[in-house]
Amino acid sequence: MNARHGSIRAKRITYKTIVYVVCTFLALLSIFPFWIMFMNATRSTYEIQQSSISLVPSKYFMSNWKILTGKAFSPMTGFINSMTVSVGVTVLAVYFSSLTAYALMAYSWKLRQAFFSFIMAIMMIPAQLSSIGFYQFIYRIGMTNKFTPLIVPAIASPAMVFFMRQYLMAALPLEIVDSARIDGSREFATFNRIILPIMKPALATQAIFSFVGSWNNLFIPLILLTNKKKYTMPIMVSLLRGDIYKTEYGSVYLGLSLTVLPLFVIYFMLAKYIIAGVALGALKE
Amino acid sequence: MRSGRTLPLLIFIFFAIAILSEGWNIVRKKSVSYAKYGYIFSIPFVVAFLVFSLYPIVYTLVIGFTDLRGLGVKEYHFLRTAEGNLDLFGNFRTVLNNKTFTTSLKNTIILWTANFIPQISMALLLTAWFTDRNFKVKGQGAYKILIYMPNIITAATIAILFNSLFGYPKGPVNDLLMKLKCIDGPRNFSLQRWTARGVVSFIQFWMWYGNTMIVLIAGVLGINPSLFEAAEIDGATPTQIFFRITLPLLRTILLYVLVTSMIGGLQMFDIPKLFLNGGPDQATITSSMFIHEQAFSGSYLYNRASAASIIVFGIIIVLSIILFQILKDKDEVARRKYLRAQRKAARRRVNS
Repeated sequence: MNARHGSIRAKRITYKTIVYVVCTFLALLSIFPFWIMFMNATRSTYEIQQSSISLVPSKYFMSNWKILTGKAFSPMTGFINSMTVSVGVTVLAVYFSSLTAYALMAYSWKLRQAFFSFIMAIMMIPAQLSSIGFYQFIYRIGMTNKFTPLIVPAIASPAMVFFMRQYLMAALPLEIVDSARIDGSREFATFNRIILPIMKPALATQAIFSFVGSWNNLFIPLILLTNKKKYTMPIMVSLLRGDIYKTEYGSVYLGLSLTVLPLFVIYFMLAKYIIAGVALGALKE
Repeated sequence: MRSGRTLPLLIFIFFAIAILSEGWNIVRKKSVSYAKYGYIFSIPFVVAFLVFSLYPIVYTLVIGFTDLRGLGVKEYHFLRTAEGNLDLFGNFRTVLNNKTFTTSLKNTIILWTANFIPQISMALLLTAWFTDRNFKVKGQGAYKILIYMPNIITAATIAILFNSLFGYPKGPVNDLLMKLKCIDGPRNFSLQRWTARGVVSFIQFWMWYGNTMIVLIAGVLGINPSLFEAAEIDGATPTQIFFRITLPLLRTILLYVLVTSMIGGLQMFDIPKLFLNGGPDQATITSSMFIHEQAFSGSYLYNRASAASIIVFGIIIVLSIILFQILKDKDEVARRKYLRAQRKAARRRVNS
């Protein structure tokens, strides 16, 4: 009896050990590449050639910075452009998705159910595969190298409308809308002054995803933006793979670090909400 | 362009009819109806969708049938044979016979499968651990945060970072493997076809298994806990519970993960493009890269790129339908069928 008990306990201990070892390994696997990147960003090309892994920083940050910005890579331009596009996309997507979700939820109109099914159907349309038509369209109206065609399409974000609708269904009692009407509030004002504030938590989660998604987007900006002054961060990053930085290892790592840094800051500040948001997004039933 | 004017006109007519018909309802009922605001508030979404999503899709399809090629060219005609007969599917034929296209399609499928199978397995394993009812993993929150992290980092950055990490002859991975005595001398990973594919798949796996894990954990937490309690009381082992209760109940979420991952995977671009630019010897060129190269380099073959896009689009639609059919809840379908049959039988009895 005792021996069996012991073996069960031994089994449980091995199981727990395996769980912790594997999880810790995976966590380190997530950090390690970025750690090497940040450290190498402060090391000289010579040091990196001697030994390319270092767990401590060196003192060549400034010289790497000078080499990096002395060539085609311009972190400030990329940062400002990406910021412009991502903020624009986020504001439009969040505002108009809420408005559409409110239309779907608060009013009963004939085509409401049909419109909702339609949104479900277009939610998974792969945008990248209509890029040729999109490019030709934008080219014809002379809007290449402008940020507008990257920002305005965000008004129609079906997945976000879906999420906002689910949130409204759970969080918005329609009596509020009625009492606003009795107090003489017009419909549009009701939405702006009463509904939007109620939706704040949902707006925040969706804003994060919209921002990060837009910030990381490469394909569409790559085909629309050919002017170097308009490059967004991911296009700027792709320059680091070109010949001009071939032997400047330290500067390449520094350039990569600069693009990761803002995302790291956002992520580690908001990680809890981001993960909760991913989990919520899955429960779309 | 004629369609440049017809499209806004159509949108306008649609909404005019919709709003007027609601307005007519108001007049008839003589009471306040707010229904028209439903239409008005949906206008921005619908217009943006029609202009920036639907129109480009239709336009891409049309270009696929034409001779539109070359930078700055605006005129185009539907394809014709030498005798002047319409030959609409010329581009599709050319693309399907193009070796690079078939290679890219094959690569896309290989890269996606090689990333998805480990991804879903690892995510399921971690889900089982993190939702274990008898043993709460300590520091779960921190593990989740770290495991999910690569998912929000710019894919372009990660591709170039890995390109540097796998550098030859001096690179962190080579250094590490030599220190651990796994290899004798430095290896040039970017010259071996299967190693290159392996690394691309690994990057995709590494970026996405955290996301899948969180989605699955949310799914498990949504299952009614009394089901697990009942199974435990009946003496089911944790393994039995996982395979017999948790997995079947996760079916819808697994379908969601599978379909979204597939749609994303068939558009794979950033990682293979910036990791080795499709090399070595086209081993990591994907269909999205093929489309991009056809349209935006060399002779700007917009028509062939469009045809290729439409083919991939078609593949995605067919695969999604197949997946929905396979993973559809068979018990639910059987139950509905049974109920319908019963209703019919009842009606027949009443009639006779």
